Amino acid sequence: MNSDVQQVNNFFNNKRFRLSVILVILGLAYLGASIGLGFQTRSLLNVQNGVIWLIQNFIPNEASKGYWNEIIKQLFRTFLVAVASTTCAAVASLFLSIIGAKTLTPAITISWVIRAFSSLLRNIPIVAWAMILLFSFKQNDLTGFLALFFMTLGFLTRAFMETIEDFGTEKIQALQATGATYLQVIFQGLLPEVAVALMSWVLYMIENNVRDATLVGLLTGTGIGFIFNLYFKSLRYGAAGLVVLSVIILVVAVELISNLIGRLLS
Amino acid sequence: MIKPENQISIPTQVPVGPKFSIPLRFRDRRRLTILLTIIVLTYLTIITLPTMVPNQFKLGAALMSFAENIKIMFLQPHLANTTFVALLAALGQSILLAFLTTLIGSMLAFFFALASTRRLAPTWLVLGIQSVMAVIRAIPTVLWVLIYSVVFGLGANAAVIGITFHSVAYLTKVYADSMDELSPEIIETMQAMGLKKSAIIRQAVIPYMIPSYLSWTFIRFEINFADAIAVGAAAGAGGIGYQLFMSSSFYFNFHEVGVMVYLILAFALVLEIISYRLRTLTHQ
Repeated sequence: MNSDVQQVNNFFNNKRFRLSVILVILGLAYLGASIGLGFQTRSLLNVQNGVIWLIQNFIPNEASKGYWNEIIKQLFRTFLVAVASTTCAAVASLFLSIIGAKTLTPAITISWVIRAFSSLLRNIPIVAWAMILLFSFKQNDLTGFLALFFMTLGFLTRAFMETIEDFGTEKIQALQATGATYLQVIFQGLLPEVAVALMSWVLYMIENNVRDATLVGLLTGTGIGFIFNLYFKSLRYGAAGLVVLSVIILVVAVELISNLIGRLLS
Repeated sequence: MIKPENQISIPTQVPVGPKFSIPLRFRDRRRLTILLTIIVLTYLTIITLPTMVPNQFKLGAALMSFAENIKIMFLQPHLANTTFVALLAALGQSILLAFLTTLIGSMLAFFFALASTRRLAPTWLVLGIQSVMAVIRAIPTVLWVLIYSVVFGLGANAAVIGITFHSVAYLTKVYADSMDELSPEIIETMQAMGLKKSAIIRQAVIPYMIPSYLSWTFIRFEINFADAIAVGAAAGAGGIGYQLFMSSSFYFNFHEVGVMVYLILAFALVLEIISYRLRTLTHQ
């Protein structure tokens, strides 16, 4: 009986010891990182200043109503660019992921090449994409489209490939045993089954790209990001607040639509 | 526990042959949704693509110059305006920024998630926190950093707070979702045993969510690293993103951009290996 109590105590003591070691390590890491960056912890306590400033300055006033037309136009362009880049990337990556998935690939080398290619596209920062493209394609929507396209292509190829590999080899082998050709296996067996999963990835990427389009626009001087930067740097905070508000509405609307589609698909 | 009135209220179903109507309608709904979504997306893409190319735009020349730049970047990387050590320090700064924001973000988000999981918190609190977080998430990270760089001045403080804002909102949602997956029976059983809320959290909720906590936090770290680079470039917050921005849009030196991209890719490779290790660990 006594040894039982001791065991229980030991168990809890060990747990507490481990927890405190983890906490101490995390605390030291926090301190090290903040010293390395020059980050002052007390600014964490001043977070509300930013929010108050935001509320005081970013409330759209009478003067900023004149910008409404321009903002709506740019917002719509940004949305269209995000959708177009995701759709184009989805088509390309569906093709790539079918040849690249380990279960369907014609040769394992192709699979590795596609894997490395998609990882490369994904990990080159979007800043680098935007800058390189800006240099060649100049300041227009095409630059933003291509930057988002490359990023999304890398991401979706990887995601699609994993979804297709989860489909398993048994079903493919069963279909092949009935005499189905390669294309029949893909179009009759694979795609109907994974369509829902692929669609939810595409919707997720559209959501993400609407947000990233703002960043890309800021860097390449197009769309909603550019006009935010313009208004913000010229201290027209009311108009900038209107831009932020419209971005919030757009992103929340896209999220709601994609949730609705997701619910219809389940 | 069996209440007699419950038993009476259950209507006894008389099987009348196989019913095909429900599953058929179910599948049709899915098929229709997918078809409609694809049609809408294709339509939007087709009307957008032609309007994107401006007048008198030489696509061929642009593609050639793009290919040339890519070649310069990947095949002839060398430095001109900075030293390799300075770049390494800048990369380290970006990594530290990503690490610090993930650390603060995951700590804060854990408590917000506890207060916004359906299993433990009242509905009004859940809805309140989740809608505030949805609004915070809707504003891109760069805008947060720009806004805070006016309040705190340009520098590490603004970058950390700006990225943390977005991380907290994102992590709160995914943590709360993974807490919601904990089956309510476990919590009910513990409540029936007379345990307090703090004990339920410590003994049931936390052990249950540790694997998903780790993997989501790691995913957020990767996102934060990308964000740290973007913020450095777009809001001048320092780090390798700032260097990238300077050499590509001020010096137009793509040789240098190549070195930076290689550095970032090397770190991304390390992250990929770690995430692969983590996945095999949590799957066991």
